Amino acid sequence: MLHRFDVIVVGAGGAGLMAALYASRGARTAVISKLYPTRSHTGTAQGGIGAALGNMEEDHPEWHIFDTIKGSDYLADQDAVEILCTEATSMVYELEHMGLPFDRTADGRIAQRPFGGHTNNETKQPVRRACHAADRTGHMILQTVYQQCIKNNVTFFDEFEVVDLLRSDAGDVAGVVALHIDSGEQHIFHAKATVFATGGFGRIWKITSNAYALTGDGVAATYRRGLPLEDMEFYQFHPTGILKLGILLTEGVRGEGGVLVNGKGERFMPKYAPTVKDLASRDVVSRAIYMEIREGRGIDGKDYVYLDVRPNTVNRYFEQDSAKNPDGTPRRLTADDIHRKLPDISDFCKTYLQVDPIKQPMAIQPTAHYAMGGIPTDSNAQVVMDARNTPVPGFYAAGECACVSVHGANRLGTNSLVDILVFGQRAGRNAADYAAGAGWPALAHNADDPARARLERIRSCTGTESVADIRREMRELMMDNVGVFRTQAMLADAITGVRELKERLDRAPIMDKGQRWNTELLEAWELGCLLDLAEVTAVAAEARHESRGAHFREDFPERDDVNWLKHSLAYGEGDGQIRLDYKPVTLGRYEPKARVY
Amino acid sequence: MKVRVKIRRFNPEKDRRPHWADYSVDAEKTDRILDLLVEIKGHQDGSLTFRRSCAHGICGSDALVINGRNRLACKVLVMDVGRNIVVEPLRGLPVIKDLAVDMEPFFAQYRSIKPFLINDDPPPYTERLQSREARARYDETTKCILCAACTTACPSFWASDSYVGPAAIVQAHRFIFDDRDQGAQVRLAILSGGNGVFRCRTIYNCVEACPRDIDITRAIGEVKKALLVGE
Repeated sequence: MLHRFDVIVVGAGGAGLMAALYASRGARTAVISKLYPTRSHTGTAQGGIGAALGNMEEDHPEWHIFDTIKGSDYLADQDAVEILCTEATSMVYELEHMGLPFDRTADGRIAQRPFGGHTNNETKQPVRRACHAADRTGHMILQTVYQQCIKNNVTFFDEFEVVDLLRSDAGDVAGVVALHIDSGEQHIFHAKATVFATGGFGRIWKITSNAYALTGDGVAATYRRGLPLEDMEFYQFHPTGILKLGILLTEGVRGEGGVLVNGKGERFMPKYAPTVKDLASRDVVSRAIYMEIREGRGIDGKDYVYLDVRPNTVNRYFEQDSAKNPDGTPRRLTADDIHRKLPDISDFCKTYLQVDPIKQPMAIQPTAHYAMGGIPTDSNAQVVMDARNTPVPGFYAAGECACVSVHGANRLGTNSLVDILVFGQRAGRNAADYAAGAGWPALAHNADDPARARLERIRSCTGTESVADIRREMRELMMDNVGVFRTQAMLADAITGVRELKERLDRAPIMDKGQRWNTELLEAWELGCLLDLAEVTAVAAEARHESRGAHFREDFPERDDVNWLKHSLAYGEGDGQIRLDYKPVTLGRYEPKARVY
Repeated sequence: MKVRVKIRRFNPEKDRRPHWADYSVDAEKTDRILDLLVEIKGHQDGSLTFRRSCAHGICGSDALVINGRNRLACKVLVMDVGRNIVVEPLRGLPVIKDLAVDMEPFFAQYRSIKPFLINDDPPPYTERLQSREARARYDETTKCILCAACTTACPSFWASDSYVGPAAIVQAHRFIFDDRDQGAQVRLAILSGGNGVFRCRTIYNCVEACPRDIDITRAIGEVKKALLVGE
């Protein structure tokens, strides 16, 4: 079946819905999503959205800009960061106007809490910048923006999985091919402008906070159509995932005063980040946890530590640090505060760890969380195809699938929610503007044949391999070799290993030969996407001979601004090889300097 | 340990009616029921069909009937239900394939109550002010993840699928009791109709089913009261 829209948006998380909301004001727009929109992973964001409202203490967008650039280990493009942090405040007000139920201060304004890496630039102490709705801020953002889409009659194609990106011979993007999950039929969506907001690909790793759906379909489809991926070596491991399960426990726990404790009962973050301690940026905290474990100071010598938010513990450290509220009174945490401000994480701990965080510490380990890299875009959210930032006509991307780059080598907590809204809005507006002046891009005859052939190959595949086993092996391999600490040898093994797994996938048959709701077929297809992205990640990581942000090379432990202050671009070549190119970082007011927290 | 998982299955391309299938799975007591379904799909029968995404109780994809009760498969552990596990699709919505039901009627009911803030006043430059008390008034109903566990546990919904159902009323409550919203009368008018709140017979199944611990019957009661005596 063929559909024609001025603008199509792929993905219905925060970025996709925001893009759709804005595009639909000026263009015939449709959203295609493999999930019902309210199932999108934006809904699992917990602690808050960063914006320098200054509602609770002095704060300025300039401080937010500097913190983001420092957090990025100076790899972020400073012009884009300026847009992100300046527009963050109006974006948060817009969410409030849409009805988002933010928590409130005593005088009725939006409440804010401290978060990792967000500081008062003068005192260097943590600043209250994360605007929150309990610990379900992402849930409220997703719901609120979806509600606005309903109000504005946005057209949705729910449970359609995009399996190919269409490009004309001239290189313009002409839309997508999507599989209607219920019927199993392929649909062509022909569009003047296409927006990708397809999210991340954290399912590459064994321990992950990411949903099953986060298989990088959009990123892989883009890569397979000859476009580069940017900064794929930079992948964030969030410090506090629930042991074994990887379920996220928000940084807001530490924002409320929680501390990390090792097997000897010591609060260890002051050793690694003397000023902000447990609220250092995520790369720093994840490495510190691994160092403790490596030196035998995990809990019972094992591979995890505790996150402790028991009021007694927290208040002891508040007293020790003479922590103050904005009004100057001594800062204290009560059991009731935890019930009120962190209800969901309390629920997760009770359900999955059988632990009540008011009475017991929580067993945590770093968990694969967020792709700083992705589809390269400029700050108008338009996809670019090379180191000269040549735009791809008719193609936009926003959110985790995109790399603007506002997060550089390490994203600060709360900034992903800012990113999806600010750049989602820009993608939607710009796509609609572009569509208003553009003709229909050429659509090849039988444009969906390549996608059909690919899926048919999976359907008719024979052999003795198993999709589930290959998936498990990939996740273990990537966790062991392309995680928080990396070396040449580990990365070389990962590349060889992933390439073997890709070959084996060609010999992994599926049992379900049906048309309707064939999720086995889709899972096999998604694993192919993940393997492509795992390979690019490992190749880009092997090539980068320095340590920066989330990319830490034990054989190159220092940041090297002379040779490596640049973004990587990875292209898939026709012969199965990956070609790497690099482009300069856009600097600005802030010269790179040593990063101390 | 070995657990026995009995699943109600239906393949629309092969079966005329649903049937039961039995699986034996190695499990830890802390495994989620979702983990067992994933294990069966990965290693025993790839055609087993179910929805899942976040796997920790937030996205609302995997509401199922587990040992007779509506719950999220990712929020129930083996130790919560024991070694004999029975999994069925939600009741009251058409089954598409195995555990996947047609969610469209559910979302149509949701949309019918105008689930968006209605306020045409020009907004201020910054945020509208809202007191903590006013914010707390509707806090509980903002937790809803639209998983449909409540609506599909409701005998009134089973009896008539034109009833808007508890989830839609929870969503209406979230706006009716938000002092920034001006659409209460419109929503109350919708909910006062034959398919509205008075179909609720306070059976409390919804409260028991809700994975977010929302006191749904109370929320419905508050909407009824608003209709009868005003907010």
